[in-house]
Amino acid sequence: MQQFLDFERPIADLEAKIEELRRISPENPVDLEDELERLEAKCRKLTRDIFSDLTAWQVTQLARHPLRPYTLDYIDRLFTEFVELHGDRMYADDRAVVAGLARLSGRGVVIIGHQKGRDTNEKISRNFGMPRPEGFRKAQRVMKLAQRYGLPVVTFIDTPGAYPGIDAEERGQSEAIARSISLMADLKVPIVSVVIGEGGSGGALAVAVCDRLLMLEYSTYSVISPEGCASILWKDADKAMSAAEAMKLTSVELKHRQLVDEVVAEPLGGAHRDFDAVAEAIRAAVERHLDELVGIGIDDLLERRYRRIQSFGRYSERN
Amino acid sequence: MSWFDRLLPPKIKVTAVLSKKSVPEGLWQKCDGCAAVLYGTELERNLNVCPKCSHHMRIPARTRLKAFLDDGTFQEIGAGLQPLDFLKFRDTKRYRDRLAEARKASGESEALVAAGGTLNHVPVVAAAFEFNYMGGSMGSVVGERFVRAGKRALELGAPYICFTASGGARMQEALLSLMQMAKTVSILNRLRLAKVPFIVVLTDPTMGGVSASLAMLGDIILAEPKALIGFAGPRVIEQTVHEVLPEGFQRSEFLIEHGAIDHIVDRRELRTLIHSLIVTLGFDAPIEAEAELLFADE
Repeated sequence: MQQFLDFERPIADLEAKIEELRRISPENPVDLEDELERLEAKCRKLTRDIFSDLTAWQVTQLARHPLRPYTLDYIDRLFTEFVELHGDRMYADDRAVVAGLARLSGRGVVIIGHQKGRDTNEKISRNFGMPRPEGFRKAQRVMKLAQRYGLPVVTFIDTPGAYPGIDAEERGQSEAIARSISLMADLKVPIVSVVIGEGGSGGALAVAVCDRLLMLEYSTYSVISPEGCASILWKDADKAMSAAEAMKLTSVELKHRQLVDEVVAEPLGGAHRDFDAVAEAIRAAVERHLDELVGIGIDDLLERRYRRIQSFGRYSERN
Repeated sequence: MSWFDRLLPPKIKVTAVLSKKSVPEGLWQKCDGCAAVLYGTELERNLNVCPKCSHHMRIPARTRLKAFLDDGTFQEIGAGLQPLDFLKFRDTKRYRDRLAEARKASGESEALVAAGGTLNHVPVVAAAFEFNYMGGSMGSVVGERFVRAGKRALELGAPYICFTASGGARMQEALLSLMQMAKTVSILNRLRLAKVPFIVVLTDPTMGGVSASLAMLGDIILAEPKALIGFAGPRVIEQTVHEVLPEGFQRSEFLIEHGAIDHIVDRRELRTLIHSLIVTLGFDAPIEAEAELLFADE
């Protein structure tokens, strides 16, 4: 599979050239250091240029980048003592959702996140990050656990959406999502959500009702996928580019509209170029927000969350 | 344009077609179920349920609410709330044009109509989705009206009944539409805490963001016969799983079999049934002068 996007090709080509030069450099009598340095600077500039002016569709592609870090990559780097908690106690363990207990700089937290797969087998077992009802019910179960022991909840959002399948409908996909939203709206512990890739529709919101919403720079959050929007409104799935643009689904647009509290900057060229750096940036931001939130009394916190949720909406009013 | 159209300006052609249509619109209607041709007024009297085969056709939100509430008690809530095209959203059409068309097609200012009133003299608050307004899609105004009606129910301590008919969240308001799911759910949490009943009547169709929020959180969930109810649309599912969907998939009867809803009920029985339910739940106080005053201040 191609590991770079079309608009990343010039960067990939240049990097391949640098790599090639570096390989022959030691055995070559001619000193290539200067040339290498020049090319690397050129590569950085090229990356900066390309990434300084991305379209909404390009950001969407980055959010879905096959090399992009997923929830478990962040769990590895952000937390210690992670113990995964499996299953919804009713039907199954949905591998599209990861949940568990862990510590963040020593503090106990509950983690919930969508999980995509890296290779074909894992992609299938993770159902491409699309949860079934049991995934949301597992999330609800561990949220209640968090509430019982007063542990903050950190969620990672990265899903194309809830799974549109026959079995999912049979087991109450709608109810599972609705119930998760309801639980989170009044969960008596702080909740911080981080959109790390795709924030796809109800399947994303079901684990993203929170006190603070963070988004990685090249992640997206939208009411429907650009393809879905295009096929319904344009009657043409190929109009996904236009739909992505129209829905203003990028972190920058959403921050501008105050729907997101903080945009976490990604390393030059995107999160997939430096897992450790982006994980560190997320850790710093999540800790900062959690520190603020745990200082707020729970009644006050819930009232603020209620007001935040109720403030969503733009309309005019005449008598 | 053909050479003939060029000779004959389309304007004239359109008027000619119109003049041919001598039967007033809506006088006769064909049942979608049994194809019987039905007299409009008779159908209306029957709440758009076919008298021959009991097929439930769609019914305008306002008509439904007025038929549901006691005569003359309908007091609208949040009628002044109007939609905005804050993203300047444009697909094949501009959102603002779609809004204008929807208003014209439905005679409503948005896709949810809400009102206070009484049901057999018991104070209630009721809301109904208007499917003819952009497919009953939920945007900012729908969310806000739903919440205001919920708050009214809280103030009155009166049961809140909602009739759903929606394709889901409104794409033209993008992420804010998704957030209406949280907004409507969060007011329902308050109702639950205050022990104010929320009864949902799922009607054809109830899908997507509306299904995955307020619709599935009723204390009691009723559904009209054969209504399409689900999260993902049948077409999307078919394209994803590449399988033929089972007969009756996502219909009310399918949902009750899978334990998702409480009861399937004929539209003509709804008033009686819901009244009985709320009385059993302990909401039997006939309207007092005080409550009447509360309705009057809207």
